[in-house]
Amino acid sequence: MEEAEAEAEVESNRDNVEVAPALIAVHPEQISVAVAVGPDLRVFDLLAGSAASLVDECGAPFHKDSIRAIRFGSRGKLFVSAGDDKTVKIWSTESWRCVCTVSSEKRVSAVAISEDGCHVCFADKFGVVWVVDVAGSHGHVTLGDRKPTPLLSHYCSIIPSLEFSPDGRFILSADRDSKIRVTNFPKKPLNGAHEIRSFCLGHTEFVSCLAFVHARECPQGLLVSGSGDSTVRLWDISSGALLDTCEVAAKAGLLESNGEAEEHGHAVTDLCTTISGLLIAVAIQSLQGIVLLSCDVSAQTLSVSKVVSIAGEAFVPTCLGFSPAEGMLWMVTGVSSLPACNYPPLARVRVISSIDAEQEPVVLGDDEIPGGEKLLETLQGSASVDESAFLAAAEAVKTAMRNLLIKKQYPADNRESRKKTRNDRKLKM
Amino acid sequence: MPETEVKATISKSTGLPRKRFYRARAHSNPLSDSHFPVPISPSQFDYSLHYPQIFPSSDQADGSRKIQFADIGCGFGGLLISLSTLFPETLMIGMELRDKVTEYVKERILSLRVANPGQYQNVSVVRTNSMKYIPNYFEKAQLTKMFFLFPDPHFKEKNHRRRVISPFLLDEYAYVLKAGGIIYTITDVEELGDWMKSCLENHPMFEALTEKELEADPVVKLLSSATEEGQKVARNGGQTFQAVFRRIVPSDQTS
Repeated sequence: MEEAEAEAEVESNRDNVEVAPALIAVHPEQISVAVAVGPDLRVFDLLAGSAASLVDECGAPFHKDSIRAIRFGSRGKLFVSAGDDKTVKIWSTESWRCVCTVSSEKRVSAVAISEDGCHVCFADKFGVVWVVDVAGSHGHVTLGDRKPTPLLSHYCSIIPSLEFSPDGRFILSADRDSKIRVTNFPKKPLNGAHEIRSFCLGHTEFVSCLAFVHARECPQGLLVSGSGDSTVRLWDISSGALLDTCEVAAKAGLLESNGEAEEHGHAVTDLCTTISGLLIAVAIQSLQGIVLLSCDVSAQTLSVSKVVSIAGEAFVPTCLGFSPAEGMLWMVTGVSSLPACNYPPLARVRVISSIDAEQEPVVLGDDEIPGGEKLLETLQGSASVDESAFLAAAEAVKTAMRNLLIKKQYPADNRESRKKTRNDRKLKM
Repeated sequence: MPETEVKATISKSTGLPRKRFYRARAHSNPLSDSHFPVPISPSQFDYSLHYPQIFPSSDQADGSRKIQFADIGCGFGGLLISLSTLFPETLMIGMELRDKVTEYVKERILSLRVANPGQYQNVSVVRTNSMKYIPNYFEKAQLTKMFFLFPDPHFKEKNHRRRVISPFLLDEYAYVLKAGGIIYTITDVEELGDWMKSCLENHPMFEALTEKELEADPVVKLLSSATEEGQKVARNGGQTFQAVFRRIVPSDQTS
């Protein structure tokens, strides 16, 4: 009886783990916007005002399982998509042709593109970060299949976020064991990155996202990180020193409004920084909207600037993207599938404009979004999305994240009965 | 705990804990999620708890005296006990994943402190998974010696990633070791000996000690003689394979 229950629990957990959040990425000059939901990769070309048609010699579908990471290079020439199908696809943003397909041994959890656009790095589920040399890939030249080389490793810990420092000297990797590792990115990365600059230690749960605050006073940039411990923290990466901690969930009023605080209910899911305004947009589980933090570079502090809520619909963003060119914050919510009902991949895109200016941020209506209805049709799959599924989607994403990244606690009396269901014992029976 | 029970685990003749009350499995899975407390960062490691005579109160840690030797997978602590008197001014710690074994070492150190007033104050032990949490205990360039004595061989290729010496983990050991610091490894499994040696040889931040340096180092002799595993191997007339390397600063990575 007990065993059956335990097994049922394992089964239901497994179902949830397979759920992936919708992702969004914006070209640095806002030439195009990409959304990934489940295995679907959708790109809208804002210059042409139409959906970009992706070309891949390997044929469609481009990804055979949920996409877990998408990103534009900082120069906008390259785009990378990767995920549970253990493939990393590198696209030219000029032709939207897949210039290179890389096979990974394990599922991919994060990707990053070096500042010079010559190397693509990706992290797998075992905590190994791999590097691929993509120098010379542009436009219509395809590189064919490339073999990745191991660069560094976190000891068997999932890496939810990878990031290069703005000066390109360091690669940062955040893990499930609440560590952020800062490693010198060597001139010859194919020989591995062995010199660790620092560890940023202070989070008490998994670290979900990393971003840099750019400031003239600090060319190397200050690091901000979001975590399952419901905080955003500010770091000096050369020493690993923790400069400030902002309890965003508490400050946004999430903990009070719920009465009894639900454990791990308000993980920070994503954050992105704006180039000039020193503002940081933060997405938090269960928060319908975003929190804007402001960073004081000289005082090295973080503070809540305002909470932007989205009126009219229950919109809990699963991923954020920022275009410095237009000062717009792009948000998406959605999920690859809903376990309970037979729903197609669900995605909803919203945009907040004038995020950088002194004025109040404006949540754009569907008709005011760049690209308009056509863009929504492309990225969402349809111009209108059934609102009733949003909250269920946000809940499914939350559960999936918890199952993936939070360490499971088993009560002592339960532990013995769990040992009976160990895989190695099963084989003997 | 009733007093009689405590005494039963302590030998009447030596005053030391008896090993048979601290039996544990020979191996432990380093990949499983751990639920023991881990300091968030090295600054939160409580020295007064581990070295009460040297650090009488927790707020007195001036930061000038830090742990310099780490015995990774210290087992029953034989090496630590020998090192403690050989380097009485150096703080050292053993790290062990199996909790019963850690308990034994803890009791052993406490008994030794009682039996030898003023001695063994510089040695302690902690239960942790050093493969995951080394940076939580030590700052950059804090350690001068690291020991990996008779580690779990993990023969299957599939399980090589569980080995405590691996190309990736050496990056972390190089981070916590000071330039010039020394890493000592020894095993009675030839295959593992070759593996550890080749990992160290191929790493740009380590170089082998010369024969002369090995002979001059008093610690090298302890590797096979001081540990329980080493004594077991010697009793059975087995062979041991050691690799002793120095942390260096590679010329192309000075930034």
